[in-house]
Amino acid sequence: MLVASNLQKEYPSGAGTLAVLKQVSFTIPQGSLVAIVGPSGSGKTTLLGLLAGLDVPSSGTVSLDGVELNRLTEDERARLRGEKVGFIFQTFQLIPTLTALENVQVPLELRGDFGAPERAKMLLEHVGLGDRMDHFPSQLSGGEQQRVAIARAFSNSPKILFADEPTGNLDGVTGAKIVELLESLNKSSGSTVVIVTHDLTLAERAGRIIRLRDGDIVEDRTTSATPPVPASSTAR
Amino acid sequence: MTARWRWIPSLAWRESRTARRRLLLYMSSISLGVGALVAIDSIADNVSAAVRLQSRSVMGGDVSFTSDTRYPDSLKALLDSLARTGPTMATVVTFTSMAYAPRTQITRLAQVRAVGPTYPPYGAVTSEPANLWGELQKRPAALVSPSTLISLDANVGDTLSIGFSQFIIIGTTNSVPGDPGLASAIGPRVFIAEQYVASTQLLGFGSRASFETLVRLPDGVQSPQWVEPIRARFRAANIRVRTVVQQEENMTEAISRLADFLGIVGMIALLLGGIGVASGVNAFMNRKIDTVAVLRCLGATGSQVLAIYVTQAALMGLAGAAIGAAIGVAIQFALPVALEGTLPLDVTVQIVPKAIGVGLAIGVWVALVFSLRPLLALRRVSPLQALRRDAEALEHQRRRDIPSHLVNIALVASVVVLAISRTDNWRRGILVALGIGVSLLLLWGSATLLSHLARRLVAQRLPYLLRQGVANLYRPANQTRSVILALGFGAFLVSTLYLVQANLLRQFEVSAQAARGNLVFFDVQDDQRVAIDSIVQATGEQAVSATPLVTMKLKSINGQALDVWGAAHALPRRNWAFNREYRSTYRDTVVVTEQITAGKWFGGSGTDTLSEMSLEQGLATDLAVSLGDTLTWDVQGVPVAARLTSLREVNWGRFEPNFFAVFQSKALSTAPKMFVLVAAISSDTVIARIQRNVVLRFPNASSVDLSLLRATVLEIIGRITLAVRFLALFSLAMAVPVLFSAVAATRRDRLREGVLLKTLGATRAQIGRILLAEYALLGMLGAFTGMLLSFVGAWALVTFVFDGQFSPALLPAFLIAGVMMTLAVAIGMATGREVFRETPMAALRDT
Repeated sequence: MLVASNLQKEYPSGAGTLAVLKQVSFTIPQGSLVAIVGPSGSGKTTLLGLLAGLDVPSSGTVSLDGVELNRLTEDERARLRGEKVGFIFQTFQLIPTLTALENVQVPLELRGDFGAPERAKMLLEHVGLGDRMDHFPSQLSGGEQQRVAIARAFSNSPKILFADEPTGNLDGVTGAKIVELLESLNKSSGSTVVIVTHDLTLAERAGRIIRLRDGDIVEDRTTSATPPVPASSTAR
Repeated sequence: MTARWRWIPSLAWRESRTARRRLLLYMSSISLGVGALVAIDSIADNVSAAVRLQSRSVMGGDVSFTSDTRYPDSLKALLDSLARTGPTMATVVTFTSMAYAPRTQITRLAQVRAVGPTYPPYGAVTSEPANLWGELQKRPAALVSPSTLISLDANVGDTLSIGFSQFIIIGTTNSVPGDPGLASAIGPRVFIAEQYVASTQLLGFGSRASFETLVRLPDGVQSPQWVEPIRARFRAANIRVRTVVQQEENMTEAISRLADFLGIVGMIALLLGGIGVASGVNAFMNRKIDTVAVLRCLGATGSQVLAIYVTQAALMGLAGAAIGAAIGVAIQFALPVALEGTLPLDVTVQIVPKAIGVGLAIGVWVALVFSLRPLLALRRVSPLQALRRDAEALEHQRRRDIPSHLVNIALVASVVVLAISRTDNWRRGILVALGIGVSLLLLWGSATLLSHLARRLVAQRLPYLLRQGVANLYRPANQTRSVILALGFGAFLVSTLYLVQANLLRQFEVSAQAARGNLVFFDVQDDQRVAIDSIVQATGEQAVSATPLVTMKLKSINGQALDVWGAAHALPRRNWAFNREYRSTYRDTVVVTEQITAGKWFGGSGTDTLSEMSLEQGLATDLAVSLGDTLTWDVQGVPVAARLTSLREVNWGRFEPNFFAVFQSKALSTAPKMFVLVAAISSDTVIARIQRNVVLRFPNASSVDLSLLRATVLEIIGRITLAVRFLALFSLAMAVPVLFSAVAATRRDRLREGVLLKTLGATRAQIGRILLAEYALLGMLGAFTGMLLSFVGAWALVTFVFDGQFSPALLPAFLIAGVMMTLAVAIGMATGREVFRETPMAALRDT
């Protein structure tokens, strides 16, 4: 479960400060698929950064699985990310010098898992890239790169997965396939998935939509999409 | 290793995949520095090993007794009695004489070594044909050095006249213990048996010869202990006593001093490489920010990230150092070939694992410690950078960042420890480290000043392109400091090296060029002078000068015996200046090779009844005498007193007769004397004719053809100059990767900026001019600040280390600065070529 309480993020601006997020609070139960939407500058990415422990709030707290992120040091937050958090980025953010397989291995290797290569192979086969494992990112299409990124995000069986505009750099058809893949992994693994997006069609496929404007939550509603079934099983 | 570290080495290796070449290029900045250190240490080790093995055969024995006169009978008897207790004694008399080959009618000044039957006590003489050494004792035969045969145009089997005696040349010598290769390369050598010296009639009154007895001690007897009880008696008779231990110490000390100097040069080269590494790794780090941000998102801790990139830097540092070690070994093997014949001993070139190990270790350490500073910043890469590019790439550095402070301390400590280990003297090491630190601070300061000035002075009325170029010097992410530091330090190193060597060589070159005559006759007796003069004049040429030589010894100072005077003035008990035999002259004018530094030249004191004399200033210090003192000399039995009225600085390097003591003519004109005649002869054939005619009439009058000697000296200077140019080129070559690394640090910013300008409509030529303005300014300031610093550095080295007089060689220094500036512009423009190549779209998408 992810709990955000009174999250406030301010940046110095001229003589004063600029509040990018204003007292934002919500709770996301384990296994949910949630979309955070809003126009540019509404604070979506800032919120994602705070929820994932990439940044610290000016005030308020984020608690993941009962662990309050503010109380952790940067390295402790990094370890927590390695254990419980997965990421998917708009620009894929694969490490260009590593092959697809090696990219998927990275989170496991940083944790020191013995079976990193085997699990990475299994995940790549699961996302349909069994024959592209030894390719470098530059040798893959955008859709393929995003599938590698999804395999990487699920490699450490995360409790929660954050996706920042996962279809933003893809054409419509490829984007749809990526969303289907995310949904299926969400269902099969029981991971919470938080998607930040502009794409309202994509957002409507989530069970819940949180809408931001100027740093405030202006809407928090469930959708007609089938709510994900909280699963006790994990992707492993 | 805990589980979290298990994969780090392999992840580091895989992640470096596409960056290895680039990282290796940055790390190659240290290669030449490591190469220099490995080469210097290896050669020093090889030469020292050769000294240890061969010092006995270089000296010729365990103990040597050398005198300028024959030994007194009492000491001869002492040596004979000692010889009966076990040691082997061997004698050699060395003197210079004209060697004349009647068949070719060529005459050359040669060193004659007349050897006793047991010479040499150590080692063996090799000759061509073989096994001829023993023949010398059986008949009037001579073995000569190959250079003697060449200079006389003679063959084996020819007759050789030495003084009033004739010898058959039976072969040539390849190596003779006690006769170093360099000396025999310069001067021709003739070996005869000692028993035939008398027949040459050359060792008469006033002749210069050296009488040496070499002792081979029985096994197990140590030379210092053996010689100690008798040393004082020989010294009292002005006989120099040397042991093989001293010889070894002297030789290894000279080698280690030379190695120290070159080691400092190598170390500075390595530090310059370190600056290159730091700049290069900084550039590398900038390229890695995105990857690090992703790694941080995926759970990498700061220390894991640091470990990944430190591993990469260490591996590439090791590769850079290994390339350097290979270069060093190549130099080690190439150098003896280049110096063949000039080394005093046979140096066996062998790989020295310790030198390679030390070179590698120092190289990797320098690469690591200089990499760590920029790499530490990777710990501060925000994972937010993976989400959005506008996030501040680096979190602010905490003021109390202990690792950063530790790295700074390690950097300073490394420089100090390296300097101390290279100079073998902590005080000198700290001074060298301070010098390096001050130079870097000055360069840093001038770069900061340039940045400020650029901000102040960039005026709207400047043309746009120039304004852009100048503005690049102070904008955020400018490269002013890194380029000026690398370039300035490089220029400083190259220019200092060149200036020091040029100053040292200049003295020799000037003296070789400036001699007034080219044919010099030594040891000309008073009654031979007119005859030789007429032989010269008969060829239509002129004698330039005739300098009288009077042999004398110092007897007393201000009426006090020398030991009393020495004790009163706290002079060393064995003062060389008290004991030596002086060859002085008299004249009434100052010559071009000397300068009065105190007092007045003769005739200044007016009514003095005593004759006046002038002393070389160093000798006056050693004798503790000052102007007005009276020195009494023993001129072949006759006491001659003279008042010291002037001191002179003498340029001993000139090919002119120079003297410690010069007297007023009236003091010595009636004393027994010899002359040095100098003639200026226009052609080689006339020189040969005069030499032949003089030696036929006066076999004791030696002459030397200075044009030959000058050519030899100039050739040696030429060789050294070539070595210096090689060293300068070597250093310049080293500046290339360093500059490349410095410029690379801001390559991405330049690329982005250039492409943005292109998008806004700038042409390639306009962007080129902006880059040109920026790099020309950087190059000019860096190179010229380095050049100015090099004047200070070279002055300090020449004045305090080499005891010389510094004169700034402006033209070469400007030339070096110009080359460095051009290099900076060329590298800057070459790095900027991507701006020309990239389309605006592609670049904007990527950056």
